[in-house]
Amino acid sequence: MSPKLKKFVEFCKDFSSNKVALVAFFIFLLILFVAIFAPLVSPTDPYDLNTVSIMNSRLPPFSEDFSGNYFFLGTDGAGRDMVSAIFYGLRVSLGVGVLSGIFALIIGSFFGISAAFFGGRYEAIIMRIVDIQLSFPSILVALIILAAFGKGVEKTIIALILVQWAYYARTARSSALVEINKEYVDAARCLAFGNTRIMFNHILPNCMAPLIVVGTLQTAHAISLEATLSFLGLGLPITEPSLGLLIGNGFEYMYSGDFWISIFPGVALLITVASINLVGDHLRDMFNPRLH
Amino acid sequence: MTAFIFTRFAQSVLVLFIMSLLVFGGVNLVGDPVEMLINPEADQAEVERVIRELGLDRPVTEQYWYFLVNAFKGDLGDSFIFGEPALKLIIQRMPATLELALFSLIISLIVAIPLGIYAGYKPDSKASKVIMAGSILGFSMPTFWVGIIFIMIFAVQLGWLPSTGRGEIGTFLGINSSLFTLNGLSHVFLPALNLALFKISSVIRLTRAGTREIILQDYITFARSKGISEKRVVLIHVLKNILIPIVTVVGLEFGSLIAFSTVTETVFAWPGMGKLIIDSIYNLDRPVIVAYLMIIVTFFVFLNLIVDILYTFLDPRVRIKGDH
Repeated sequence: MSPKLKKFVEFCKDFSSNKVALVAFFIFLLILFVAIFAPLVSPTDPYDLNTVSIMNSRLPPFSEDFSGNYFFLGTDGAGRDMVSAIFYGLRVSLGVGVLSGIFALIIGSFFGISAAFFGGRYEAIIMRIVDIQLSFPSILVALIILAAFGKGVEKTIIALILVQWAYYARTARSSALVEINKEYVDAARCLAFGNTRIMFNHILPNCMAPLIVVGTLQTAHAISLEATLSFLGLGLPITEPSLGLLIGNGFEYMYSGDFWISIFPGVALLITVASINLVGDHLRDMFNPRLH
Repeated sequence: MTAFIFTRFAQSVLVLFIMSLLVFGGVNLVGDPVEMLINPEADQAEVERVIRELGLDRPVTEQYWYFLVNAFKGDLGDSFIFGEPALKLIIQRMPATLELALFSLIISLIVAIPLGIYAGYKPDSKASKVIMAGSILGFSMPTFWVGIIFIMIFAVQLGWLPSTGRGEIGTFLGINSSLFTLNGLSHVFLPALNLALFKISSVIRLTRAGTREIILQDYITFARSKGISEKRVVLIHVLKNILIPIVTVVGLEFGSLIAFSTVTETVFAWPGMGKLIIDSIYNLDRPVIVAYLMIIVTFFVFLNLIVDILYTFLDPRVRIKGDH
């Protein structure tokens, strides 16, 4: 067995030691599958006006319409099948969350590693910006952006990136500071490699473990934040119905007792966020040397 | 020390300046204010008169300068909807938000610190595992959705507690608050619990992590070997040492409670400034949006400044680092 594969198997074993995290991981894979293949696995296309009938609006769970369509989780105010709406909603929510997470990871690790690498005034300024940004709650940062510039898909993604990048920057810097003093970096310097190459080909791969931990937890947070913003009507527009928007739509029917329209999308959101958090939490415990 | 406070103060002012640019730029330059402010049926002469009146024909830098000067005078414009000064509207709603945030902070600290210490003190016990699982669940639950469930269970189904608005307002020591009447308390309870939920989870985790690390320190072993009772070790030695993160929590989290209360206020129709900003965004009431953002940012910047300064008193290491 190659050492890399061996390391990977060891990691898998270590990860599987926590059964809850393992189950959470498989649930997350299932959700990811449903989100990616939403058009294939959904019983109906909830946004195809030819198949959605207003006659079916607000049917309770486990009901059937006159033409024999079965609605496992009921229908919403416009007569859409809730199961399908949730599958499509997962797609939007996960898409926005993961996309913003990747951008934030790239931006954050760039600034974090370069700050550690160059040090001096550059580092001081970057880390001060990070500190200031982190002293504002995430929802406030997002609120400032969206209240000032209006709602929309790109603006929501920008707001989510802005909320997250500082966490990545801080994590990347602190692990890069440790790595920079190691011999392999000295060796790379002696070979007269360029700064960019040393930073991103040599140091970055060795900072990945903590970045992945932050990444999982931040993505969960981003998904939850996007849902909140969309619920408030500040995030995604109505053309991109994420889970938050579905919950918001259901809110108006709740006082008349039609609980399923906002409860089930919320359950889907909760399961998604909780499974990512459980995985991230376990990863963090695995990588935390202080607990071993 | 003085130099440290001075630098931090200068940074705070810089942050405020950048925020004012961002808010002004976003609200005044991205949208078309003329289209939003003027009656679509107005004729050309009317349109030009309003543009002149609002100063929109001047250069952008000049407009920004007037905005700053007026902001310093406390004039952030009149609300389009209410016809009253935006600042006054926000200040009117502030007590409702503050009392909601305060009440939920109290709830979260009372619940979370004991649970967190217990979970850190006996990390392998069944109860600790339940506490931690609960905290992950609380962390993952979207606040607004939990609020909806609260309303559904306690207000719609059981009918125990009211779900909207602020109750009767009582006066105690000259302070008006709905925390002083029974009816008011019944109104504030659900929203405050909803707002506290997220904080409970994060304070539990913070306290547990702190306790777990401190319990392994030499001075705890030393205290035990001196024969100090376990109760005293936990309540004095452990609690004292986890207080630094908790002080930050009380300071900064209070701010974040105010920020997150926008969500809870919207769900529970709580008449605070969080609901005001969301309503104003819907109604495109720009002066109120600008005023809210400027006030809340100023509030946060100074809250952080105070926490930073308090930190240097509590933890000398910060002071030494800051002097470099």
